[in-house]
Amino acid sequence: MVPDRKSIRVDLQLIADMIEPHSRVLDVGCGDGTLLDYLVNFRHVDGRGIELSSEGVKASISAGLSVIQGDADTDLKDYPDDAFDYVVLSQTLQAMVQPKVVLSHLLRISHRAIVSFPNFAHWRARLSLGFLGRMPVSTTLPHEWYETPNIHLCTIRDFVALCWQLNITIEAQKILDARGRVRHVGNGLFSANLFGEQAVFLLRKKD
Amino acid sequence: MTVPKSHPNGPSIAATGTQSLPGHHVRLGVEKPLKLDCGLEIADFPIAYQTYGELNADKSNAIFVCHALTGDQYLAEPHPVTGKEGWWDLMVGPGKTIDTERYFVICPNILGGCMGTFGPKEINSESGKPWGLNFPVITICDMVRCQVLLLDHLGIDKLFAVTGGSMGGMQVLEWASKYPKRLFAAIPIAAAAHHTAQNIAFHEVGRQAIMADPDWCEGDYLNQGKNPTKGLAVARMAAHITYLSDQSLHRKFGRRLQDRDALSYGFDAEFQVESYLRHQGITFVDRFDANSYLYITRAMDYFDLAANHDGNLADAFKDTPVRFCVISFTGDWLYPTEENRRIVHALNSVAANVSFAEVESDKGHDAFLLDEPEFHRLLKGFLDCAGKNKADAGNE
Repeated sequence: MVPDRKSIRVDLQLIADMIEPHSRVLDVGCGDGTLLDYLVNFRHVDGRGIELSSEGVKASISAGLSVIQGDADTDLKDYPDDAFDYVVLSQTLQAMVQPKVVLSHLLRISHRAIVSFPNFAHWRARLSLGFLGRMPVSTTLPHEWYETPNIHLCTIRDFVALCWQLNITIEAQKILDARGRVRHVGNGLFSANLFGEQAVFLLRKKD
Repeated sequence: MTVPKSHPNGPSIAATGTQSLPGHHVRLGVEKPLKLDCGLEIADFPIAYQTYGELNADKSNAIFVCHALTGDQYLAEPHPVTGKEGWWDLMVGPGKTIDTERYFVICPNILGGCMGTFGPKEINSESGKPWGLNFPVITICDMVRCQVLLLDHLGIDKLFAVTGGSMGGMQVLEWASKYPKRLFAAIPIAAAAHHTAQNIAFHEVGRQAIMADPDWCEGDYLNQGKNPTKGLAVARMAAHITYLSDQSLHRKFGRRLQDRDALSYGFDAEFQVESYLRHQGITFVDRFDANSYLYITRAMDYFDLAANHDGNLADAFKDTPVRFCVISFTGDWLYPTEENRRIVHALNSVAANVSFAEVESDKGHDAFLLDEPEFHRLLKGFLDCAGKNKADAGNE
């Protein structure tokens, strides 16, 4: 067992709360398996994971989780249609080589997808780029431009537009601050895009 | 051909000296012959196996270990012929990764082997002579068929796990594919779902070395009081190179010279690596039968799990209830990560419960036999949790 998984990061808790107990879940980019372990033990899901780093994979397998060492960019295509009820992509979309393809696969292999990502249009990021003329560095975007793994950053508005393009229904969206706490910013995209440091979306294929 | 028929006094395997080997011996296929892939049947044949630990009351703690090409059933004790420690002594034993205080470990010598199980050096009761090249050509699937008979004989319905490295891993895949209800977990290590052209090519070099030895006598050497030790040693030397990585050879030997300070401008074993390989070859022939080597390498070359499923490997695991843990090593170029990943992709495509990790090691294919702490931790973690999950599933 991974120690003390009863309390998990707030943004992970938010994702966990979107998942029905006893469902089939794939966590893409599951890290050391924190969320997956929580879901398996407290939501009793049939959980699987994909993780790129060998440290994460070993920690997960040693904790009894079914995790494969792999890459979402290349390995999602193997899964059959509708293999899962939920697939989770937490803070990973922006590091994908082909985020659009990955997003399409998520909703091919699963009925629902939960995707979280840092919002590049947060007012601090805008301030940094617009006034200081520097690439933003923050708690959700902690890397300098020359060492960031984030090669496809987007804004909440960009993401919504892509969902529209891919015929994806947004069932729920939550806006979080830098610490991963939920912020209530009203319904409009304008304020979400301005005040959300990260966003969590619950997605479904359009019927 | 049904081979060998039952014999009033039992066929004389004592002639080959294997009956005196320690461990368990049983004759299988006595009531019903076993049909092989080649179409022939075998009946009343010997299987030698070894066990470690105790089978629990509900027979739920058995781990089946499948050995590799030149391994045998003596995995956790000194080898009766060479006296060297068991090939998986680091892995299996009290308090070890596969803990024999918790698990009942079973390891048979494979069909075609030469340590007491039915193979080409066993005596044909009809002719009174060793089978030699009259022994039927066998496959990985045939080996597993025999193992299933052994499991029936032991009265075990379901194994907790089947594991093995290299060719042992091929058997694990075969187990999971053909007998998914007989095992809870499958752990193929440094394995492949088929032999590549390169794999077959290396084996062919080994076989040709044996067959080019005049003492092979067209496979009839045991009847003629000979032994193709030179050919078998060369086969072993060539194969041994494929088990190691460039880095591990370099680290062990570099270009260092053997028992000399300068080049001697001759063809002695001048370099340490030559001396090492010669030693590997010479010691191998003491414990291995040349015809067994031909038959087993052939079985490995024939192995292609997807072949019976129109080339679609995923179909070999359709609807599998088995939990898989696939492990590869970064420095293994014989059955590289890529081949192991092929297995994982196939398992993913049938939504199987699979874990997969590539262990960092520059020791080559043989890493699964060596002290690789990360590999051991991983396997222990998987076994511990699989055991817990199995218990939970049983309580539901």
